[in-house]
Amino acid sequence: MDNIIEVRGLRKEFKNSVAIENLNFEVKRGEILGFLGANGAGKTTTIFMLLGLITPTSGSIKIFNKEMKTSRVEILQRMNFASAYQQLPYNLRVWENLYVFAEIYGVKNSKKKIDDLLEMFEMEHMRKQLSGSLSSGEQTRLTLCKALLNDPEILCLDEPTASLDPDQADKVRKVIAARQRDTGMTVINTSHNMIDVSELCDRILFMRKGRVIANGSAADILEQSGSKNLEEAFISMARSNTSEALATSIEAK
Amino acid sequence: MNWRIIRALIIKYAFVVSRNTFRLMDLFFWPVLDLVLWGMVTIYMMKVSNGAPALVTFLIAAIILWNVLYRAQQLVSVSFLDDVWSRNLLNIFGAPIRASEYIGASFIMGLMQATLVLLLLGTLALFLHSLNIFSLGFMLAFFFVNLLFMGWSLGLLVTGAILKWGPPAEALAWAVPGLVQPLSAVFYPVSVLPGWLQPIALCFPASHVFEGMRQILAGHGVDQHHLWCAVLLNIVYMFASGWAFKVCLEGAKARGFLVKYGT
Repeated sequence: MDNIIEVRGLRKEFKNSVAIENLNFEVKRGEILGFLGANGAGKTTTIFMLLGLITPTSGSIKIFNKEMKTSRVEILQRMNFASAYQQLPYNLRVWENLYVFAEIYGVKNSKKKIDDLLEMFEMEHMRKQLSGSLSSGEQTRLTLCKALLNDPEILCLDEPTASLDPDQADKVRKVIAARQRDTGMTVINTSHNMIDVSELCDRILFMRKGRVIANGSAADILEQSGSKNLEEAFISMARSNTSEALATSIEAK
Repeated sequence: MNWRIIRALIIKYAFVVSRNTFRLMDLFFWPVLDLVLWGMVTIYMMKVSNGAPALVTFLIAAIILWNVLYRAQQLVSVSFLDDVWSRNLLNIFGAPIRASEYIGASFIMGLMQATLVLLLLGTLALFLHSLNIFSLGFMLAFFFVNLLFMGWSLGLLVTGAILKWGPPAEALAWAVPGLVQPLSAVFYPVSVLPGWLQPIALCFPASHVFEGMRQILAGHGVDQHHLWCAVLLNIVYMFASGWAFKVCLEGAKARGFLVKYGT
């Protein structure tokens, strides 16, 4: 499998802090990569740099073998994203929002595409509702519809199930997994929900203070950290001062 | 520039405006109220002071043309604020949209809105005050285009300021036209201003437009000097405001402010 994303020497400094420090990773085509880490670890900053919404201080991001710095529009045409903390305009109806973004992404046969996605996320009956009248869980599903409109080759998800009840979260995970199987898209998923990560992700990058401290499958991370489950591994890695040593051993494996 | 994207952004704006009564009111009600109110005041002033009949013409034409600049500026700034308030900023800037397409769409929407307002107010002025502003013909188009450009430039500068300073700068979207108006020779000639303010006033393209407009309405013909000054200043303003917007947008991405402001 070829690398679809290559990140080298990425650093992001804000006024009083370093958010990302010498970040290096690659993602293979068709892979589902999970970003794990405590609040402020740098997961969302990394995703936003991959989307060109935050400019790195130094380092390079290559997606589809093109530099993000110089080919932002061409790259974003083939990507999409959804975040539990980002909504679509509340003053537009559900179908209007999806129609506008279908036009922006140049989706062919957009009406059918919108109908299919609304059906997939069980939202057909809400198509004429104002987006602002939806519950937070419904709004999350709407942003997921938007994120799949252009059949992205790379889908970035920022805590996609954060505002969903367990039933809806399970359905969303299944939809994303099924889409990934059908289309072979690459998924980058940040989450604090260990079920999301263990069910969806082929590989996990564990971040702490802007650095990757563990990189491997869920099983690798459990084995190396000596934890019974990912939640326990998360807590021990987030608190551990020796997590860099752990990272080295997992990567070496 | 991708016209499909510009069209999509215009459609989004049309959806927003079409179901927002206050937006429709802002678009039509206030300009009409301006025209009616100022028209009455002017007629009254003329009666009590035996003023020249040209005064009504000057003021009403000025009100109509000032609305062109105001609408163009508002559209650029407020359509950006719409995306901020509806937490749509990241969806827009995380999509394959160039800054030029985003700005281009707001320019076109500003052009459409300013055209509508000009037609509406021009027609009303004809019926209410017997002033046919359309008789200015080509010169009306020239004034319109120049005020439109200045409105776009101010809109871009305000949007840049919002990207730089965030919520405290949002009020500028409404305040800037009011700040610029006293120095733009809208209702009185530049010569009325104190001497030290006159060179500043002459740095605004609108001052030359309104001076030129009054010369024509007074029957003194077209003043080429004012026309060229307006065009050249607008070129400078467009480049300067475009550059300022670009710097502010890049700065907002570098500081992570676009993300913070958009969520």
